Amino acid sequence: MAAVRLLGLVSSVCLVLLRPGGSSEGEGKRPGGVGDWAAEGFRVPQFPEVGDGLREELVIAPLQSGDVAATFQFRTRWDSELLRKKVSHYRLFPKALGQVISKYSVQELHLSFTHGFWRSRSWGHPFLQAPAGAELWVWFQDSVSNVDQTWKELTNILSGIFCASLNFIDSTNTVTPTASFKPLGLSNVTDHRLLRYAILPREIVCTENLTPWKKLLPCGSRAGLAVLLKAERLFHSSYHSQAVHIRPVCRDAQCLSVSWELRQTLTVVFDMFSTGQGRRDWSLFKMFTRTGLEACPLASQSKIYVDLSSKDQENKLFDVSPPPTSVQEVSFQGDRRQYAIFDLQDRELFNSSRNLNIMLKWKGLQEKGEPLAPVLYTERYISGYGLQKGELNTVVYNHHLYRAFPIIFMETVPWYLRLYVHTLVITTKGKENKPSYIHYQPAKDRLQPHLLEMLIQLPANSATKITVQFERALLKWTEYPPDPNHGFYVSPSTVSALIPSVIGMKTDSMEERPLFTTLFPSSDDSSYFVRLYTEPLLVNLPTPDFSMPYNVICLTCTVVAVGYGSFYNLLTRTFQREEPRTGGLARRLANTIRKLRGVPPL
Amino acid sequence: MGLLSDPSRRRALSQLITRLNTPLCIMSYIVGLAWFFGLSFQPFTLRTYISENAMGSTMVEEQFMHGDRALSYAREFAGFKKKMGGMPVAWLEKTMRTLGLEVYTQSFTRILPFPDETTERYMVKGTNVYGILRAPRAASTESLVLSVPCSEGDSNSQALGLMLALASYFRGQIYWAKDIIFLVNEYDLIGMEAWLEAYHNVNITGMKSSVMMGRAGAIQAAVSLEISSDVITSLDIAVEGLNGQLPNLDMVNLFSAFCQKNGLLCTIQGKLPRGDWDSFSTYLHSLETTMLMVLKQGSGRPQGDHGLFLRYHIEAITMRGINSFRQYKYDMSTIGKTLEGMFRKLNNLLERLHQSYFFYLLPSLSRFVSIGMYMPAFGCLILILVLKSLDLWMKLTKSESVEEDGVTDTEQESKPGNGILSLVAPVVICHATGLSLYYLPIMGQHLATEHFPVSESEAVVLTVIAIYVAGLALPHNTHRVLTGAGTERGWMMLKLISLLYLAVQLGCIVLINFSLGFLLAVTMVPVAAAVQPVGPRVLYAVLLIVVTPATTLFFSIFLYKELNEYPLSVLECWQLFLQAIAGGMLDHYLYGSIVFPFIAFFVYPCWLQLWNIVFWK
Repeated sequence: MAAVRLLGLVSSVCLVLLRPGGSSEGEGKRPGGVGDWAAEGFRVPQFPEVGDGLREELVIAPLQSGDVAATFQFRTRWDSELLRKKVSHYRLFPKALGQVISKYSVQELHLSFTHGFWRSRSWGHPFLQAPAGAELWVWFQDSVSNVDQTWKELTNILSGIFCASLNFIDSTNTVTPTASFKPLGLSNVTDHRLLRYAILPREIVCTENLTPWKKLLPCGSRAGLAVLLKAERLFHSSYHSQAVHIRPVCRDAQCLSVSWELRQTLTVVFDMFSTGQGRRDWSLFKMFTRTGLEACPLASQSKIYVDLSSKDQENKLFDVSPPPTSVQEVSFQGDRRQYAIFDLQDRELFNSSRNLNIMLKWKGLQEKGEPLAPVLYTERYISGYGLQKGELNTVVYNHHLYRAFPIIFMETVPWYLRLYVHTLVITTKGKENKPSYIHYQPAKDRLQPHLLEMLIQLPANSATKITVQFERALLKWTEYPPDPNHGFYVSPSTVSALIPSVIGMKTDSMEERPLFTTLFPSSDDSSYFVRLYTEPLLVNLPTPDFSMPYNVICLTCTVVAVGYGSFYNLLTRTFQREEPRTGGLARRLANTIRKLRGVPPL
Repeated sequence: MGLLSDPSRRRALSQLITRLNTPLCIMSYIVGLAWFFGLSFQPFTLRTYISENAMGSTMVEEQFMHGDRALSYAREFAGFKKKMGGMPVAWLEKTMRTLGLEVYTQSFTRILPFPDETTERYMVKGTNVYGILRAPRAASTESLVLSVPCSEGDSNSQALGLMLALASYFRGQIYWAKDIIFLVNEYDLIGMEAWLEAYHNVNITGMKSSVMMGRAGAIQAAVSLEISSDVITSLDIAVEGLNGQLPNLDMVNLFSAFCQKNGLLCTIQGKLPRGDWDSFSTYLHSLETTMLMVLKQGSGRPQGDHGLFLRYHIEAITMRGINSFRQYKYDMSTIGKTLEGMFRKLNNLLERLHQSYFFYLLPSLSRFVSIGMYMPAFGCLILILVLKSLDLWMKLTKSESVEEDGVTDTEQESKPGNGILSLVAPVVICHATGLSLYYLPIMGQHLATEHFPVSESEAVVLTVIAIYVAGLALPHNTHRVLTGAGTERGWMMLKLISLLYLAVQLGCIVLINFSLGFLLAVTMVPVAAAVQPVGPRVLYAVLLIVVTPATTLFFSIFLYKELNEYPLSVLECWQLFLQAIAGGMLDHYLYGSIVFPFIAFFVYPCWLQLWNIVFWK
C-alpha cells in the first residue's frame, strides 16, 4: 500500500516537472517592439511568416555574501517548424544550431560550460545552476532510431561549434536518467530512452568557449547587452557559467503550433571583496569596465533588472542611481522580490547622461554575520583514507521550518569506483530514511558508469546524509592519464526538488514576466522547482610509479627468471648421490661393448 | 643456483657458514655500522633538488609586506586570549569573517585513557576554528592548509597573527587555483587529530566531535606554523611525523629554497648547515644531525602538528621560528614572504607531490640519503640473524642425521614432534606477558590507585615497568611446564625460531619506520645472535638486559639530550624515561602510533624468548 502511495509521489513530481505550462508563455503579438531599423532592413517580403524575436536582459543581484551576481539572458524565439519542413532561411536564429537540430532530430538541448562552483550556502539559489565543467543533456525526437549513434555524432558536432572537449563524451560518462531530467519545453515524449545526459567535470572554460557562444547572438558582441561581455572581466570573477538551452515552446496561448526557443544565459559572480578592497559598492563600470550601453537594434526588449530586495525589508540598505525606469515586484523562487528596471529602449533613461552606469551604494557599513542559508543546499565529500576503499557522502539540507518535500537525487559515478550498493545508507535525524524510489544501473568496466537515482523525502528542518562505500579499482597501466597523481574526477550529483514556496505565485501574467523567471515550467502556485548540483570530487586511485617502468620491468624479469626458476628447480628436483666417475676412455669403451653384448656394465 | 644443487659444493658452502660463522657475523655487523656512519659523510650523500616540475625555479615575486599587521593581530589575539582564559573563538570567527573567509568551527571532546601529567590534560574539550578562502573559478576540489596551534599560555600568538595577515593578503589575490584553509587548532595534536578525523569523516581514536560543515576537497599539502616571538633569528623545519612517516622530500626542498631566496637562516634539527665538508668536525656535525633525526623518527612521535596529516597522504611540514642570541633578526614580513612563496608554489601543483623521495635521512638541509643508500646498512645487520639461523639449522639437521644412525626407531619417531611441541609453552607464555604488558596497565589503573598512594598516570607507568621486569622471572617458572626441556636441541630450536622471528619483525618495521628498526637491530641483533645457555651465562644475561627495548629507550633519551647539547644527570634521565613511557602510550591511544603495541606484542616477547634461552635448564 505504502509503495503505491510513494510511487504516486514520484509520478506527481515527474508530472510537475513535465507539464509544459510555463513555457506556453506566448508573446501575444508578433515582436512589435523590434526596432524600426531592424524592421526595415531585415524583413524580407517573400517570407512574411518569418516571426522571430529577440529579448535580452541582464539581472544584477547583490548576494548576501557581498558578491554580485550578473545574469545575462538572450532569448531568440522563432516561429518555425524546424523539424517538419526543410528550412534554409535563417534570420535571428543561428543557422549552426538550427541545422544541428533538424539533422539530429533534437527535441531539446541543454548545454552549459561552467568555471567555478555556485556556492548555494552563501549565495542562495541561482536562477539556473550549472555543474562545474561541461554539462550536456539532450532529448531526441522519437523518430530517432539509434539514439546512441546520434548522440555520439551530436556531441562531436557541438564540440566543434563550441570549441570544447565534448568529444570526450562517450559511453563511460553518458547516462540515461529516468526521473531527474524531464523536458523543459513542449513535449509529448516522456520515454527516457530518448534522453542522454553527460557531465565532463574536468572541462576548463575559457575565452575560446565564450567567443563561439557570443557569435550565436544576433547582435554579436557589437551592440546590446553583449557589449559588456568582455572576456578579461568575465574570467576575473568567482564564477562563470554560460549555457545554451534550445526547446520547443507554444507559439501562442492556444498552443496550436510550435515555436523554437534558444536561450543563451551567462552568469557571472564578481568577488567584490578582492576587487573592491572590502567595499561592497558596485557599478556597471566597475564590474565590466564598460559603459555606453544601448539596446540591440534587433531586440524587441532590452532591460536591466537590479534586485532591490534584501533580508531587511523595512529600511533600504542601498541606493541605486540613476533612478530606474520602474520598480516591479516579481515573485520568484517562492519569494516576492523587488526589481528596479532599466529599460534600454526608453529614451528617457539616456537623457541625464550619455553613458548609463548603474551604481549601487550601500548605506553605512554592514556587519557581516553568518550568511543566511537557503531552503535547500547540499554538501558532498569523500571520506576515509588510504587507497583501497572510501565513502561517498552527500548531505542534503532542508532549511524549511515546517514543510517537508521530496527530492530526486541522482548520482553518476565512474566505473573505476566500484560502488558497494549494499552499504547505501540514508539517514535523517539519526533515523534511516527509506527512499520511495530507487533506480540503480550498475557500472560495466570500461563501458558505462554507475547511475543511482532516488526519490527521498526530506523532513522539515533536517539534514539528510546519503553514504555509499566504494572500492578503488586498479586501472591498466595504459589507462592512466598523463597526470595520474592529480586524481580522478567524480561528476557532481544532482538534486532536483519542488520546494514549497512561502507565497503564492501568480501565473496569469506570463507575458509580463522577466525571462529569468520562466525557464523552469511551473504551474503550481505552492511550489517552485530548483535543481542543484553538488561539488565535483577528486579521488586518488592507486597509481603505479611511472617514473621507472623500464627499471621495474628489467628488475622483475630478472628476479623471476633467475630466482624463481632456480628455486623451483631446487624444490622440485630429487637429489641422488652420483658415483664419482673413475676410469677414462678405456672403461667407457669397455662399458659400451658390454652394453652391446647385453652384459651389465662395470 | 648450481651452487646449491651440487651436493659437494653445497657441503663446502655449509661448512663455510658453520666454520666461519662468528667471523662472518662480526664482519657483517661492523660493515653495517660503518655503512650507517658513512651515510653522514658528505661525499657519499646527494644534493637535494626539487623534482616536481610544477614547483621548478623560484619565479614568483613575493609581495607580502604586512608584518606590522601580523604583529597587531598577534597582540589583539593575545589580549583576547588572556581575557577569555582560553581560545577566543568568537573573536577569531569575527576576524576571519571580516577578512572575507568562510568561517566554520568544530568542537571536540576527548577523554584520555589516563591523565597526561606533562601537559596536565585529562578531559579535553576544545574548539577548532577554520576559515576557507575559496579560490575563484575553482570547484573546491583541491585545497592547501595553513595551520597554527593555539597553545596554552602566551606562546604562538605571533604565528596566529602572521596567519591572519597572510589570510587577508591572500584574499585579495586572484591567482589561487586551490582553496586555502586557515586552521587554528586547540590543544595542539589532539585538536589537529580531531579536525583531520572530522574532515575525513573517520573515527580512529575514539574522538567525539561535532559535525563538520565546511570542506574544501582533497587537501594537497599543509604547513603548520609555530612562532612565539616578534622577530626570529632562524626558521627550523620539523619533518618527522606519526610512526616515523616523512613528507615528500620536495616539501623540505621547497622550504629550503624559499629560505635561501629570502636570505633566511634555516635549520634542521636545530642544527645550522655548514659549508665545508672536508673537516672531521663537519662530519661530526652532520652525523649529529642524522642521529637526531634517527632518534626522533624512531620514537614514532609526531614532531609537530604536521605529523598527523601524513596518514591521510597529505604532505606536511612544521615551521618553527627560533629566537636565539644571534645578531641578525628577521621580521614578520620576511617570514610572510617565505610562506607566500611556498603557498604560491604549492598552488601551482598539478598533481599531488609524488616526484621526490618519501623515505630519506637528512644529514643537513642540502643533503639527503635516500632509501637505496641506507637500506644496505640494515641489510648487513639482518644478515647476522640469517647466518646464525642457517648455522643453527645445519647443526640441528646434522644432529638429527647423526641420531638417525645411532638411535633406535622408536625414539626417533617421538623426537621431532616433541622438539617443536615443547617450544609452544615458552613462546605462548612470552606472548601472554606481552599481551598483559599492553592491556593490564590501562585496565588496572583504577585498581592500582585505590590500593596504592599513586596517581593514575604513575600507576600506569609503574605497572608497565612492573610487568616488564616481572617478565624476567619467567624462565624460572616456565621450565616446569616444559616437558622436553633440558636438551641441547630444545634451546637451539627456540633460538632458531626467535632469531627468525626477530628478523621478520625488524624487516617489517624497517619498511615502515627505518629508524626504529635500525635502532632495535643495532642493539638487539648481536646479542640475540650470541646468547646460549652454555658459556658465560651471567655476561649474556647482563648483555641482554642492556639491549632490552626499555634500556634502549633510556639510552636513546640520554643520547638525544647529549646531542642537543643539554646533558642530563641519571635522575633527570629517569624522569624523562618515565615520561617517555607515558607519552608513548598516549601517542598510541590518542593518535594511533604503533610503537607501543609493536614493542609490547612483538619485540618484548621475542626478547623474553632470548632471555629464556640464557636460563635454559
